[in-house]
Amino acid sequence: MSQKSNSVARLLLEARAFLALIVIVAVFSWLSPNYFTVSNFLVMASHVAIYGILAIGMLLVILTGGIDLSVGSVLAFCGVMAGAMMQGIELGTSVYYMPVWGVVVLTLAIGGLIGAVNGVLVAFFRVPAFVATLGVMYVARGLGLLQTNGLTYNNLAGKPELGNTGFDWLGFNRVEGVPISVVVLVVLAVIFAVTLARSAFGRWLYATGGNARAADLSGVPVTFVLLTVYTLSGILAAVAGLVLSSQLTSAGPTAGNSYELTAIAAVVVGGAALSGGRGTVQGTMLGAFVIGFLADGLVIVGVSPYWQTVFTGAVIVLAVLMNSLGNGSARGR
Amino acid sequence: MTQDVVLAARNVAKSYGAVNALKGVNFDIHRGQVTTLFGENGAGKSTLMKILSGVIQPTSGEIILDGQAITFDNASHARARGISIIHQELSLAPNLSVRDNIFMGREIRGPMGVDFAEETRQAQALMAELEQDIDPATPVGALRLGQQQIVEIARALSVDSRILIMDEPTSALSASEVEVLFKVIRDLTAKGVSIVYISHHLEEALQITHHAVVLRDGTMTAYAPRAEIDLNWIVRNMVGENYDLGSPPEVTFGAEALTVEGLTLPGAGFNLVDNLSLSVRKGEIVCIYGLMGAGRTELLETIAGRLRPSAGRILLEGAEMGALSIAERIETGLALVPEDRQRDGLVQTMSVGQNLSLASILSFTRGLFTSRRAEAAIIDSSIKRVTVKTSGPAAPIGSLSGGNQQKVVIGKMMATNPRVLLLDEPSRGIDIGAKAEVFRLLAEGARQGLAVVYSTSEVGECLSIAHRIIVMRKGRIVAEFGPETTKEEIMAASGEAKAA
Ligand SMILES: Nc1ncnc2c1ncn2[C@@H]1O[C@H](COP(=O)(O)OP(=O)(O)OP(=O)(O)O)[C@@H](O)[C@H]1O
Ligand SMILES: [Mg+2]
Repeated sequence: MSQKSNSVARLLLEARAFLALIVIVAVFSWLSPNYFTVSNFLVMASHVAIYGILAIGMLLVILTGGIDLSVGSVLAFCGVMAGAMMQGIELGTSVYYMPVWGVVVLTLAIGGLIGAVNGVLVAFFRVPAFVATLGVMYVARGLGLLQTNGLTYNNLAGKPELGNTGFDWLGFNRVEGVPISVVVLVVLAVIFAVTLARSAFGRWLYATGGNARAADLSGVPVTFVLLTVYTLSGILAAVAGLVLSSQLTSAGPTAGNSYELTAIAAVVVGGAALSGGRGTVQGTMLGAFVIGFLADGLVIVGVSPYWQTVFTGAVIVLAVLMNSLGNGSARGR
Repeated sequence: MTQDVVLAARNVAKSYGAVNALKGVNFDIHRGQVTTLFGENGAGKSTLMKILSGVIQPTSGEIILDGQAITFDNASHARARGISIIHQELSLAPNLSVRDNIFMGREIRGPMGVDFAEETRQAQALMAELEQDIDPATPVGALRLGQQQIVEIARALSVDSRILIMDEPTSALSASEVEVLFKVIRDLTAKGVSIVYISHHLEEALQITHHAVVLRDGTMTAYAPRAEIDLNWIVRNMVGENYDLGSPPEVTFGAEALTVEGLTLPGAGFNLVDNLSLSVRKGEIVCIYGLMGAGRTELLETIAGRLRPSAGRILLEGAEMGALSIAERIETGLALVPEDRQRDGLVQTMSVGQNLSLASILSFTRGLFTSRRAEAAIIDSSIKRVTVKTSGPAAPIGSLSGGNQQKVVIGKMMATNPRVLLLDEPSRGIDIGAKAEVFRLLAEGARQGLAVVYSTSEVGECLSIAHRIIVMRKGRIVAEFGPETTKEEIMAASGEAKAA
């Protein structure tokens, strides 16, 4: 019986973020005839994909009670490294061109490695997550600038005679009309939603965020969990970096600036608690779409960029306010 | 007669959704006397006390202060009227010092902001009154659970209140500290302060009380002045039958299950566990008694793997445990029920069911995923096994009464099917019926070869469950007794000055 009322309450909570999404779509459809079209939704969804992928990683970290400020920089650095590999790697006198799949795998590994650095700092050296990932954020950004000397790799298309074409596949191709980036987002969201809800690892994550000491004494491998979530967040940032540079067919060291904040916003709008232990992938996806659809809508309607920033901020606070009011009455202690 | 009653509840009811925690209760607090509230876990004792101290508001009914009906808007309103409460679950800020916790929200103002010198002086005076050697500058998080409870008591005493409500203030204290508290209570009542006392240590409560009230399922089932009652009366009214905590189960011990050799855990300046050796055989129940700070918790946490010893070996049925993580030790069959349920036992963001199944997730994971059916089976059997009173496995853990939360912690570790079970003050806050149930489970486990190490600060428990009683003092074993020993002998060995 209480199980039922509990799930009803949860539904209402998620329905609220959902309601926000519907309101946004309705308002912009009314304001602009171009908004409510399939092609526009697909374009907007491909924009959301970048934030959405980052937000999934961010959610994992936030669920353990941490935060990952480095994802924007890691995204840029991974994009740059992918760009560098596409341009060819100088080995002594000859230049080696890697196939695209090799570039992708190596880029993911780089992202994972940087994430693991965050994880080691947090899990083994007990550096507060905010500080550790803030440092790594600067370091990764700096490394990206060093790598390119501040410039941008522009031509990532590859050459057929070198056998490395296809980098733009991620950003431009479509499956049944749906952009690959959106497909990637959906696949990742499903994988992680199921992992969180149904695997031991998912349960460990929630327990670690809820009370790490109690989790530890109950046999949850807390350090492993922390190491893994930061590594996953790094890998997901690399995925987002690949998608972004593929969409732009260029990779610059200043890409993804402040994307970490957008990802955090998506997670909290989606109902997760920054203190850890509460949140779902479904909620986070709703949050990402609320923020993405709002931002694109404002552009389409032609609101000045300054007002866009104001609106976005207001919506984030409003959405979280509704959540916290809901949580407060639900707990009612 | 009525002017003798300072604070009263009339027909007070409280419901949380469909749960009726209180169903029309009448309760009187007598001037300058101690009124003790008895009742099972989840009977509604804490709920009633929270209502009387303004922490929560009743769904219906009224509160009468000095003959006048009154509504408390919040706890500080009630405090302003002279009512203060020691909560069952500690409400201290672990990052702040003892002094700052005592004066939190009521800082003493001086000409230059807070008068820290005066606060320190008063805090020291309170510690002296409670006969505790705690430096007011220590952060509360660094204190043992019992010491934290002392701080909580000191905080309540620092307010000059007319009515002092104590919700299980002694659950983590040992006999000599309880003795000191009782002295303080007698001084207070002599000065005209009225006390409400709640405890599951029934005999202890009988020493101090003037009136006894029994709550059962949200209704008051019995009242009597001290002169007319005894232990049997309480138990009969609480649970409707007589519980005998019994005597140690008849078991033929098996091979050595747990072996500890020369275990040493260094502390600041001295060893918390000092070159300690211990061996427990299959089917044996060993009780560890000691005063606060004797090193019992540290010993058990070291065996469980949370603390790293500087020397010594730990063996489980001959297999070296030293290098294993906590998770691996649980996997091999070594489980610990920790002392502090809020800090070490429960995950507040999870439901009752998820807490119960947390330590045994891998046993219901099939391939990549958890099996809902297998998990539900584990949760259901655990709820029945330790008799958790809850509206269902999906209820938030915070909606359970204190004792029922404790049962969840015990049930969680029992669900891992341990071969050696360490329990650190497991009876903290559980009622006599549940205690009997836990003892029955331990006895049953022992018959099937489970080795149990049970730490307690209640001597009576040792006598009714243990095959062997070990007394610890300053990190060492100072005495060992068989089941035929007496309370007095055990307490004398622990260094307790007075026998209770
Ligand atoms: N916030 C809440 N939400 C839902 N139910 C609650 C809440 N608080 C208490 N209850 C329920 O009210 C009942 C009485 O709880 P209460 O804490 O008063 O018991 P208690 O007599 O103090 O028990 P214990 O001896 O275990 O401390 C219990 O069934 C409990 O589950
Ligand atoms: Mg209680």
